[in-house]
Amino acid sequence: MPRPGGRRVQEKSKDFFGSMKRLISNLKPWKILMGIALVLAMISAILSLIAPNKLSDFADEISAGLVPKTEMFEVISEKMFANFREDKMQAKVNDILISEEISEEDKTVFMNSLQVIQNANDENKSKLFLSMPESILKVLFEDIVVDGVSISVQDQIDMINLLSDMGDETGTENALKIMDELPKSVYSVIEPEMNVKRIKNIAIFMGILYIVSSLFSYIQSLSMTHVSNNFARKLRTSVSSKINTLPLKYFDTHETGDVLSRITNDIDTIAQNLNNSLSTLVSSSTLFIGSIFMMFYTNWVMAITAIVASMVGFMFMFGILGKSQKYFNENQRALGELNGYIEENYSGHNVVKAYNGVKDALNDFEKLNNDLYEAKRKSIFLSGTMQPLMGFIGNLGYVAVCIVGALLTMNGYISFGVIVAFMIYVRLFTNPLSQIAQAMTNLQSTAAASERVFEFLDEKEMSNQKNIVRRLDRSKVKGNISFNHVKFGYDKKRMIIKDFSVDVKPGQKIAIVGPTGAGKTTMVNLLMKFYEINEGDILIDGVSAKDLSRENIHELFCMVLQDTWLFEGTIADNLRFNKKNVSDEEIMEACKVVGIDHFVKTLPGGLNAMLGDTDTVSQGQKQLFTIARGMLEDAPFLILDEATSNVDTRTEELVQKAMDKLTEGRTSFIIAHRLSTIKNADLILVMNEGNIIEQGTHDELMNQKGFYANLYNSQFEKLS
Amino acid sequence: MGKLFKNLRKKEIIGILIALVLIIVQVWLELTMPDYMSEITRLVQTEGSLMKDIIREGALMLGCAFGSLVASVIVCYLAANIASSFATTIRSKIFRKIQEFGTEEIKKFSTSSLITRTTNDVTQVDMIIGMGLQMMVKAPIMAVWAVLKILNKGLEWSILTGACVAILLTTVIIILIIVLPRFERVQKLIDRINGVTRENLTGIRVIRAFNAEQFQQDRFEEVNKDLTNQQLFNQRTFATMMPMMNLVMHGLTLGIYIIGAILILKAGMVDKITLFSNMIVFSSYGMQVIMSFLMLAMIFMMVPRAQISARRINEILDEEVSVIDGTFNGETKETGTIEFKNVSFKYPDADEYLLKDISFKAEKGETIAFIGSTGSGKSSLINLIPRFYDATKGEVLVDGINVKKYRLDALNNKIGYVPQKAVMFTGTVSENVSYGDNGKPEPTIEKIKEAVKVAQGADFVEKMDGAYDAHIARGGTNVSGGQKQRLSIARAIARDPEIYIFDDSFSALDYKTDAVLRKELKNYTKNATSVIVAQRIGTIMNADKIIVLDKGECVGIGTHKELLKNCDVYKEIALSQLSEEEL
Repeated sequence: MPRPGGRRVQEKSKDFFGSMKRLISNLKPWKILMGIALVLAMISAILSLIAPNKLSDFADEISAGLVPKTEMFEVISEKMFANFREDKMQAKVNDILISEEISEEDKTVFMNSLQVIQNANDENKSKLFLSMPESILKVLFEDIVVDGVSISVQDQIDMINLLSDMGDETGTENALKIMDELPKSVYSVIEPEMNVKRIKNIAIFMGILYIVSSLFSYIQSLSMTHVSNNFARKLRTSVSSKINTLPLKYFDTHETGDVLSRITNDIDTIAQNLNNSLSTLVSSSTLFIGSIFMMFYTNWVMAITAIVASMVGFMFMFGILGKSQKYFNENQRALGELNGYIEENYSGHNVVKAYNGVKDALNDFEKLNNDLYEAKRKSIFLSGTMQPLMGFIGNLGYVAVCIVGALLTMNGYISFGVIVAFMIYVRLFTNPLSQIAQAMTNLQSTAAASERVFEFLDEKEMSNQKNIVRRLDRSKVKGNISFNHVKFGYDKKRMIIKDFSVDVKPGQKIAIVGPTGAGKTTMVNLLMKFYEINEGDILIDGVSAKDLSRENIHELFCMVLQDTWLFEGTIADNLRFNKKNVSDEEIMEACKVVGIDHFVKTLPGGLNAMLGDTDTVSQGQKQLFTIARGMLEDAPFLILDEATSNVDTRTEELVQKAMDKLTEGRTSFIIAHRLSTIKNADLILVMNEGNIIEQGTHDELMNQKGFYANLYNSQFEKLS
Repeated sequence: MGKLFKNLRKKEIIGILIALVLIIVQVWLELTMPDYMSEITRLVQTEGSLMKDIIREGALMLGCAFGSLVASVIVCYLAANIASSFATTIRSKIFRKIQEFGTEEIKKFSTSSLITRTTNDVTQVDMIIGMGLQMMVKAPIMAVWAVLKILNKGLEWSILTGACVAILLTTVIIILIIVLPRFERVQKLIDRINGVTRENLTGIRVIRAFNAEQFQQDRFEEVNKDLTNQQLFNQRTFATMMPMMNLVMHGLTLGIYIIGAILILKAGMVDKITLFSNMIVFSSYGMQVIMSFLMLAMIFMMVPRAQISARRINEILDEEVSVIDGTFNGETKETGTIEFKNVSFKYPDADEYLLKDISFKAEKGETIAFIGSTGSGKSSLINLIPRFYDATKGEVLVDGINVKKYRLDALNNKIGYVPQKAVMFTGTVSENVSYGDNGKPEPTIEKIKEAVKVAQGADFVEKMDGAYDAHIARGGTNVSGGQKQRLSIARAIARDPEIYIFDDSFSALDYKTDAVLRKELKNYTKNATSVIVAQRIGTIMNADKIIVLDKGECVGIGTHKELLKNCDVYKEIALSQLSEEEL
């Protein structure tokens, strides 16, 4: 029973055929393997179609061994009465009359009946003979040979006696019982015969058929497993490396969860459905078409019976299926609402309690819970009826086939084996239909998922850098940066930096200040060429940033940001990052400079201790590690975010000391929070609402009595 | 799980009983069908059978099939209703219980675990009812019944069927034993893939700044390869299942036929036809037996999972709530006072005290501030006032009465609490500001506007689409951190409490907004007492009383000026944030 709870929302793709086409063209590297798999699926399906036919032969052969060869009775009696021909008869009569073993009485009976027999027809003859005394019969009959079996006179007499008991009811149970008592010789003649050799052949053939078919389907699923998993791997790689080629803008406007769900859920959906649905579709279609073909090939009347009977059921089923879709969506929606509500309530538990919000929460919850109940019971019920209904359709087809089959058998149109074959065809015919339906919906969601993946892969990449030939060597860079009438906006229609110019000399410290949300990270984005400026130019040592590759610019900058990004790995791995030839000693040295060496030594494993476990390493310590990582980078320019959020004051001091060390001798851009930094800066850039609104030293800006002065004063304004 | 089932209501139990009867009827009908099948077979085989007999048998068989359909549809209806209503009851119980929980219990389970327990675990359990009720009852009855039916129809066939069941079950079990633990590994690897990708996304600036794209891509590839290989292994193992099952099932049919041929060959005339129809019947019953054993195997897979879920649900329902409601209705003579008398606090399972022997008193209208490094116990201290936790030793008094004596709602009516992390609910701005109940009539829209204005939120709220009726998305994702914080403060103001508690609530605000807000707030709430926890000296330097905490101990009480003179810890903190001349 499909469970709505665990079911993904069935999504409709925007362009089913387009997406499938693209998906399949992406599968090209595996086309041979896939071809083999699909051909095997087809063969395996065809083999399972042949099987019922063979099974019906089997049943026919067995049932041939059920009915006694009553026609042999005729043969036997013919041979028996062959002795009574005129010429022989005369001799027999003489024999009887002179025989001393026969009583006079019997002789008279014989003579009397002889008169009657000669006048009687063949049918009555045997009856009349039987009324004669046994002693006479013994003389009259001779041993005969039928089908190579010799039947003695005594056996013949016994047979005739038994058969007369049986009367006309050949074939009934009673008659069969009597037949079982027949003398051995006679029995062996009329015994039903099975063609043992043929049966053996059929059995061997079917055994091989089943084994080959299973083997094929095994190979087929192995191949598809290989294809789908390697394809998924390739897709994951493409998505992951695509991340590196997209402009930062993309990530500023898209959520992390969105990309994550493409790399896991969507690709997983594609792989799983590829693995199952494609081969299911091929084998089910083969089975479906094949079974129709085979049914008509075997017997068209039966075929029509089976198809009509099943179709009636299917109409009904598809009706229900269509209706249940509505409830599935409803259920999915209700579940989502409830989940969202619960999450909100649990994570805001303190507020809910402190504001006496429990009563309202219970009311809201009960309403949502009840909605879910209503949707759920309907969707479970409808999906649950699917299976019994399928069973009934199967049975309906079965009975229809049996009745029509029986009718035809009795009229002698078909053999019993045909019915047996049809009993199986009906199942073969009904099963693939629902499988095809299932596979089609799966392919729908595959198409939807691949659309999302391809959409991501199609996102516009960063500008091409092939034409860039200039390169600044970081060991030779002096440290000049100048902004030349720079204009920039995240949105082309709305410039947030309007005509900004400044000259920064080597070793100068630039403080960037402003209230939260003033766009201080914009400066970082521009300096690092994460975003391209709209107009003007940024010159590094006189060279336009436009003429330098992004990688080259990144090389020149050392960046320490507020969010302490570290990956799951050892401390050494994290600090070394992508630089290969940094020794442990150098790492330790960097730790010493930022003052975290002592802490590292206390950790189990020292530099090889794992990071990522939030319990052992505090936020402040993480910040120190990122500073140490920046130290190791050792670039001529520095971008530093001073914010130390959630760091206790003592660690904060350590962090600040480390930051001061880092700025030594570097041209630094500092997103400043400390007054000392701001005051000592060579230049302060004051930002608000994305724009640089004031620039100058602390004293200059204080004298201007503008935004900066106001900002500075408000912080320490006395409350009255 | 049995314990959980005690929550079934009478109506549901009756439903289950009816379902049970119907399932038995259904099984009976399904197993009678092959009898008719064999009768039809016999009739068709025997010469001279009357057509009307065959049609009669066919009609009877179809009647059985239809009866079974009706029965199973009714069972399905009952199961769907029972499972859904049971799940609804359990979910409701869990939710209600969690509403009683204090912070301690929430922390103990963790929010995300509570969410999964309320949703996923309940689904697991109700699945056992929905699906299990049918399968669990049906499979054993079916198996036993089918076995009984075929037992006296031929020993040879029975042995063959038994062997097939044994082979199938062994295969399934072996595959499961191999694969199940590896499924967990796959789950972990998927988490890793997610983890590395998340790292790549959250650290995108750093990675690019360090030109470390390839480095990260290599890290990703490593996990990607592991995941692919593990998946391949699992799916390859699983790939044996279907062909194997098909082989065994078809093999069984073939085997039954072969045995049938041999038996018929040997038998007397009378027995031949009986044997033949038995053979046909057997080939369908044999399938039934195999199917029902497979169903049993599936149930055995499902039960342990549901068992785990049931245990997790019971853990919640059985949890003893540590904060017990008092009876006092909150009508006190004095108002706006808070007093701590020798209060010590530690978490129930912890050895170390988080707060040691804290005593102070705040009078009506005073602002009292707490400062100290992280882990100094500031937040724990104020959590004792609204009874998120209870003091381990000593007394916490509000308006002269021990907080434990209050009815919780009466106590909460006196308090306006603003947490460190602003909490937003889905709904409008007004709904968020007027959230909850303070024993007084709902705040008017004027009151709400005023509160938002004091909290320095009027500017941005009025710019929002719909202003005070603007929609706040789930988790407040459509407003910034600072905006959320201001709305969260407005919520406390709209409540008109005697006591304000600000748990580091100003940190998301920039200095300027912080300063203006506090000034406005002070004017607006002249008669109210404020308790403030902060990291920034600037936020608290004007408080009437500053309490300096260090490692859970009170190391200084006084005004900013006093503390600068006589408290080293305070001085140290102040110096790290302000330059000498500003102090």
